[in-house]
Amino acid sequence: MTNIQSAAVTAEAGGPLVPEGLPTEPQKAKPAWRSLNFGPRMWISLGIIGAVAALAFIGPLFYPYGPDQKVGSLYDSPSAEHILGTENFGYDVLAVLMASARNSLIIGLLAGTIAVLIGVAIGILAGYIGGWVEEALMGFTNIVLAIPSIVILILISISLQSTNVAFLKGVVGLALVIGITAWPWTARAVRAQASSVATREHIDVAKLSGARTPSIMVRDVLPYLASYAVMAWVLQLASAILAESTLSMLGLGPSGANSLGKQLFWALAFQAVATGAWWAFLPPTIVLTMISFGLLYLQSSLDEVFNPRLRRGKKKNLAKAAARREETARKLAEQNQRVEVTA
Amino acid sequence: MSDLDSLEPRPATGQPVLSATHVTKQFRVSGGHITAVDDVSVDFHAGKVLAVVGESGSGKSTLARMLLRLMPVTSGTITYNGKDVTHIKGSELRGYWRDVQAVFQDPFSSFNQFYTVGQTLRRGMGSQGLEKETLDQLIETCLGYVGLKPADAVHKYPHQLSGGQRQRVMIARALMMNPKVLLADEATSMLDASLRVSALNVLQDLRANLGLTVLFITHDIGQACYLADEVVVMEHGLVVERGTTDAVIFEPKNDYTKRLLADVPDLKGSLKVRKDV
Repeated sequence: MTNIQSAAVTAEAGGPLVPEGLPTEPQKAKPAWRSLNFGPRMWISLGIIGAVAALAFIGPLFYPYGPDQKVGSLYDSPSAEHILGTENFGYDVLAVLMASARNSLIIGLLAGTIAVLIGVAIGILAGYIGGWVEEALMGFTNIVLAIPSIVILILISISLQSTNVAFLKGVVGLALVIGITAWPWTARAVRAQASSVATREHIDVAKLSGARTPSIMVRDVLPYLASYAVMAWVLQLASAILAESTLSMLGLGPSGANSLGKQLFWALAFQAVATGAWWAFLPPTIVLTMISFGLLYLQSSLDEVFNPRLRRGKKKNLAKAAARREETARKLAEQNQRVEVTA
Repeated sequence: MSDLDSLEPRPATGQPVLSATHVTKQFRVSGGHITAVDDVSVDFHAGKVLAVVGESGSGKSTLARMLLRLMPVTSGTITYNGKDVTHIKGSELRGYWRDVQAVFQDPFSSFNQFYTVGQTLRRGMGSQGLEKETLDQLIETCLGYVGLKPADAVHKYPHQLSGGQRQRVMIARALMMNPKVLLADEATSMLDASLRVSALNVLQDLRANLGLTVLFITHDIGQACYLADEVVVMEHGLVVERGTTDAVIFEPKNDYTKRLLADVPDLKGSLKVRKDV
């Protein structure tokens, strides 16, 4: 007797249609956030980045001291009043750290976004159109790649220091400089993907539907590259924050604004390491490390979200599912036996 | 095409609508080139079904892509209604694509998976300036031709449809443009047997009811004989045999055609029965 027959016999006999021990109620739908398939790595990385963002954007609302408020003298030790002591100018280190983290994050966001926009635009144009357009754009990209970006960054930053345009000397200017020098790797990666997408049949169908080239690039190619663009953006964000720190440590940071790199620059300039004033250089280093680690970890966990084959714990889940199936089959078999005995 | 009346049958004139004349396609490879299509000439007559048959690598899909102007020819000419369309570009090419449509092999990869069926169908009509009601009615008509109801399809994404439904939607999409020529490139090869017959019947009906000129590309000579008025057999980029379906089946001249026919069990008997009916 098959399971279906035995279930039918049970139902005719007035017994339960579903064998005992099996769920009779429909299972509740998963909450929306669970359908995102975020693994533990994603939550850890989001937690780290969230902590830094909270320090940078929410912290100043509750902290009594401002970054421009002189509260002590050179390198006062940490105390109950000033948790991380004071820095070389007598400002509260934690207050400066909050402002620095905020500016560094803003620079990273702006620069990363600019780099990804330029990289994706050039990559899609080259990959989709191909021919001499691809040759020209990729040739230009390779030239930009061949020039050491730190040299370009330093040269442009120095030239911006002497400009009369105020905003170019600050956070926005620095983000622009980093953004317009950081796009080539994104362009190359996107070009490779775009040229692959361009050969798919849905592109031919779009052409046959009368779609024009810009429409095809935006509607038919770009959505297929979204996962790459998001991952590239996260990486660009991390590298832009590190680039800002490098420039600031060389004394080419944003004029009139704090940044993590500038904190390190002043700490080195005023012998914080030699005098043992660890509170001047260690907090910005830790925050920088947290941002870089969090973003790189986020990038690798995004890889798992976009590519389910890379997900960890899959074997464990499969084993659990197999065990559930075995348990269900066992209960069904027991139920069948009971029905046959009764018959 | 801009209204529903245009989905009316067209009379078969017997004149070639689409022609490929001495068309050759070569691909560059390291150390030389390979010839995928070698000096092929074929005519497509209005209201007829022409099948191009051959094994994988025989050049039939390359020929179709050249006819569709999705791939440039190395040499030769493609003529549509007497006009040379071999090198047209821009709006002229888009105009050509309104008249010459295609259904491809893989019914899933033919869709942009980010758009619903409704969005996919409406896309081709974006430049026509049709009112919403007219467009909805056109979608209903075209889906109706392929046996689908708008309520069952337009709000669905491709992954929510079966393989047969996807291929039907793709045929409906082509019909939305009111084409004069429809190229079906292995359009049934990825469908299972029951869906395959139904897709073939849809193509048969379109030819009978709308007078569409159909180019049916397949590796299955059985399907070609079921659907086509004329058959062209290709091998290694060359046309090795051509003729009416009856002539190719009952009096094959080329050994390759004979081999293809030998692979189809009882094809002659089946064809006799069909023709008797």
